[in-house]
Amino acid sequence: MQDDIVIRVVAKVMIPAVMLFALYVQFHGDYGPGGGFQAGVIFASAFVLNAVVFGLNKGRHVWPARYNLMGICGGVLLYGFTGVAGMVLGKNFLNFNVLSSDPVAGQHLGILLVEFGVGLTVAAVMVMLFFTFAGRTAHLRLLSKSDAHERKVSASKTAKKVKK
Amino acid sequence: MAGFLVNASLIALLALIAILALRLHRLFAVVMLSGAFSLVAAAQFVVLDAVDVAFTEAAVGAGISTVLALATLSLLPAQEKPHSISLVPAFLATLTGLLLAVAVSDLPVFGDPKAPIHNHVAPEYIIGSEQAIGVPNIVTSVLASYRSFDTFGETLVVFTAVLAVLLIIGGYTRTPQKPKKAKRKTKGSQNAG
Amino acid sequence: MNPFIEQLLGQWNYYLVIVLMMIGFYGVIARGNMVKKIVGLNIFQTSVFMLYISMGKVAQGTAPILTGDPTTVYSNPLPHVLILTAIVVGVSTTAVGYALIIRIHESFGTIEDDDIIAQLDDEEDVS
Repeated sequence: MQDDIVIRVVAKVMIPAVMLFALYVQFHGDYGPGGGFQAGVIFASAFVLNAVVFGLNKGRHVWPARYNLMGICGGVLLYGFTGVAGMVLGKNFLNFNVLSSDPVAGQHLGILLVEFGVGLTVAAVMVMLFFTFAGRTAHLRLLSKSDAHERKVSASKTAKKVKK
Repeated sequence: MAGFLVNASLIALLALIAILALRLHRLFAVVMLSGAFSLVAAAQFVVLDAVDVAFTEAAVGAGISTVLALATLSLLPAQEKPHSISLVPAFLATLTGLLLAVAVSDLPVFGDPKAPIHNHVAPEYIIGSEQAIGVPNIVTSVLASYRSFDTFGETLVVFTAVLAVLLIIGGYTRTPQKPKKAKRKTKGSQNAG
Repeated sequence: MNPFIEQLLGQWNYYLVIVLMMIGFYGVIARGNMVKKIVGLNIFQTSVFMLYISMGKVAQGTAPILTGDPTTVYSNPLPHVLILTAIVVGVSTTAVGYALIIRIHESFGTIEDDDIIAQLDDEEDVS
C-alpha cells in the first residue's frame, strides 16, 4: 500500500482533519455528543491510518512508544489528581465544586480536566494496542530473519574451520 | 408505528449480519461483518436517542476493534475448520433465551415514561445538569461529574487492559533496535568463544 | 385484547434484542474457532448494550442534550453513561482476548479448541 500515490495523498490530507475533528469532539463534548472516550479513539485512528499507509516504522517514528506510555499514565494521573485537588481544597474526592470560586465554573473546569485525562489515556491506549498487535508480525519476521542470518554465519564459520 | 418499523428492520438486519458472521468460514469476512454489525448497531442507538453511545459504538466497534482484529488475523490461519450446527449449544441458547424472555416480561412497557427507571434519579440529573453543572449535554455531566468514580474505574480498566496486552505479546523486542543488540551480543560471544 | 398479546406488543423491542443476544451466545459456546468466539462475544455484548439503551428510551423523548425548552421530554441519560464506558472497556477486553489468541497460536499452532485439547491429551499420554 505504501506505493499507491492516491492513498498516500488522501491520507496526508485526511490525517490532520481527523486530528482536528478529534479535538473538536473532545472540547465540544459539553455541548453536543462527544467526549473523552470518542475523541481518544478518533485521535488514535489518525495514527493508525498513518501507520497503515506509511508503514509501521514510520508510524513509530512519528509517535514513539515512550510517548504512548507517558500518555497512558499521564491521563490516569490527570484524572486522579483532579480528584485529589478536591480533597486538598477541603471537600470529597472528585468534588469539582471547589476547583473555582464559583461552583458552576468549578464543575466546568473539573469536567474539562477529567475528560481530557480520559481522552489522553484512551488515545494512547488505542495507538499502543495497534502498534503492539501490528508490531508482532514485524517482530516475528525480524526474529526469523536474524535466526536465519545467525544460522548462516555459524554455518560459514564451521565451514571455514573445517577447511583449516 | 414508524418507530416500530425502523427498529424492527434494523434489528432484523442485525440478526442477518450476526447469523452470516457465525456461518461463514473465512475469518476475514467474519471480522468485517462484525464491524458492520457494530455500525448498524450504532444506527439503532441513534433511533433509541442514545447519540453519545452511537458515536462511541461507531468509532470503537466499527473502527478500532476491526483494525485490531485485522492486525490479529495477519498472524492467524485465515480459515476456520468447518463445523456443522451443534445441537447441545443450540438447545442451551434457546433455553437461555426463553428464560430471559420470561424475565423480561416483568419489565415495564417499552418507552413508558412512568417506568421506575425514569423516576428515580434521572429527573434529578436532568435538572441538576442545567442548574448545578451548567453543561447542556446531560450524558457528559453524569459521566464526568455525578458518576466520575465510575468513569475513573473504567479508565483504570482500560489502563489495566493495555498493561495485560503488553505483558502477553509486548515482549522485549517491541522496538526494532533491541533484537539487533541481542544479535551483536551473540556475535560477540561467538567471537570470544 | 388478549393481555398476553398486549404485553408482547408493548415489549417487542426487548424480545427482538433477546433473539440477537442468543445468536451471539450460540456463537460463543458452539464455535471452536477462537476468533469466532470473540466475534460472538462482541455480538452478545452489543445486544446487551441494546437492551440497556431500550430501557432508557422514553416515548416521544429526544436525545438527552438540553434544548432550553422546559417542555422537552428527554430520554434517560443514565443507561447511556453506563454503556458508553462499557463499550470502551469492551474493546479493551477484546484486545486482551486477541492477544491471548496470538500467544495460543504461537504455542500450539492452531486456534481451534478441539485441536488444542487433542494436543494436550497427546502430551499427557506421552508423559
